Amino acid sequence: MSAVNTVTLPLQVGSESGARRAPRRVLPGFKLTLGYTLFYLSVIVLIPLSALIFKTFTLTWDQFVTAVSSPRVVASYRLTFGASLIAASVNAVFGLLVAWVLVRYSFPGKKIIDALVDLPFALPTAVAGISLTALLASNGWIGSILEPYGIQLAFNPNGVVIALIFIGLPFVVRTVQPVLEDAEKELEEAATCLGATRLQTFWHVIFPTIAPALLTGFAMAFARAIGEYGSVIFIAGNMPMISEITPLIIIGKLEQYDYAGATAVAVVLLIISFILLLVINALQAWQRRRSGGTSQ
Amino acid sequence: MSNTRTVRRAQAGTTEPTWVKWTLLTIALAFIFLFLVLPLAAVFTEALRKGWGAAFEALKEPDAWSAIRLTLITASIAVPLNLVFGIAAAWSIAKYEFRGKAFLTTLVDLPFSVSPVVAGLIYVLMFGAQGWIGPWLQAHDIKIVFAIPGIVLATIFVTFPFIARELIPLMQAQGTDEEQAAIVLGATGWQTFWYVTLPNIKWGLVYGVILCNARAMGEFGAVSVVSGHIRGQTNTIPLHVEILYNEYQSVAAFAVASLLALLALVTLVIKQVVEWRFEREQKAAAALPPERPMVQAPATA
Repeated sequence: MSAVNTVTLPLQVGSESGARRAPRRVLPGFKLTLGYTLFYLSVIVLIPLSALIFKTFTLTWDQFVTAVSSPRVVASYRLTFGASLIAASVNAVFGLLVAWVLVRYSFPGKKIIDALVDLPFALPTAVAGISLTALLASNGWIGSILEPYGIQLAFNPNGVVIALIFIGLPFVVRTVQPVLEDAEKELEEAATCLGATRLQTFWHVIFPTIAPALLTGFAMAFARAIGEYGSVIFIAGNMPMISEITPLIIIGKLEQYDYAGATAVAVVLLIISFILLLVINALQAWQRRRSGGTSQ
Repeated sequence: MSNTRTVRRAQAGTTEPTWVKWTLLTIALAFIFLFLVLPLAAVFTEALRKGWGAAFEALKEPDAWSAIRLTLITASIAVPLNLVFGIAAAWSIAKYEFRGKAFLTTLVDLPFSVSPVVAGLIYVLMFGAQGWIGPWLQAHDIKIVFAIPGIVLATIFVTFPFIARELIPLMQAQGTDEEQAAIVLGATGWQTFWYVTLPNIKWGLVYGVILCNARAMGEFGAVSVVSGHIRGQTNTIPLHVEILYNEYQSVAAFAVASLLALLALVTLVIKQVVEWRFEREQKAAAALPPERPMVQAPATA
């Protein structure tokens, strides 16, 4: 509870102007709300997460390395990261396109399409999983069209990528869209007046403005894809070494009562999530600086 | 009139040739159709493959009912708890300056970046038979993991940031001027919250609550780890869908899944309505003359 003690000197921040000091203190409830926030955060998130870390320390280093680097686990990393990377890249391209179309063009049904973009956030992952499987299986609407050409999209790594594209789609659209809406048309007009073609204007004027948001959306879609479980397991086929994702490895180990092994793999996933969270935070800070700089 | 002509000429430089526009539009709509419309349509089509009767049969089953009940119970515990937390966290983070604020904000967001499977696992490690306090719980005959409390805890974890992250930027943007005025005029802290802050954040609150609820009712990975899959006892709707699907009862699985798809559609509609109303109020507030108190804006709209 050392953080609460800082309450007594909350206004030593230099950037605050002296005149605003007194009013800031007028608002009640700081100790109550911060105290409750820290309490709830600890009970729900921090203490359970530390259980994971402590459990890892009951393993020796050799046990840990063996658990996280067995061939089957390494194959799952390759699939999880590879598929997440491809899916996030596809989302970056098509997400940008969808955001562009939604902001710049008007067409009938635009509002419905705009609302529909959030479907992957609202549709439970298990439903998405069985629905995509039904579409892509060899007797499904899409699967039956592709089967004569020898293209199989379900029950193999292709299915993993498609499920991850579905769940990651809103991230890129929703991060790029507001930036594109705020982008100043005057800059584009200036570029055109100076003789730039439309493509040059896009690459040299529009793209640099939206690049931080695009990268943020990409990183968010990637981070979400790495941890995704529900939508993937139905469509993946879950063959060891071929189409088994890392979260499924954790479940598999748990079902065999290998708690230590499950924990070790979970720690690897958790560390990667932390790193991605920090990257996303840094990207968002960059985006705020960038949008602050261009609008002034 | 010459003014509009210059504007139109300037716009010509900031739009694409018609063929480019149509190509982009077609590709984007095709993508949306393939990845969003088709999967949604497939849920309902598969559910009705053998007619309405078969679909309703699956929903009338006692196991389906107990799954629906458990999902409703879980959401009705998880959402209010996260709502109280969200308001407390947003109040402390948005209305005050203190050291470590950025770090605290990151921690609030943390559950979003943890894999649902890992989220389930941490509760198994804490409360499971071999966990930290598992033996003590067993001695006192308290079941958390593979029982309803574990499902509720895992659901709270995965939906933890929804309401807080909706409210924090909103309350930060609104600042503290109105609350300070209320306090100076003699309102108590609670009065200030009820009559000044709450009307200002109500749309953000509704928005956060419906997203939180959709995730709470639909969570699969985390709940699957802690549930133990006991039919009729610890199955939520998504877990029931999985069981039916794995038993090759496709129509039944999709019939139950279409309940969740309907929930998703309702969520999207409410979300859209909230966004429109919020925008309208923002515009109404912006149109007010500056000397009129902004607090009046939501009441008039």
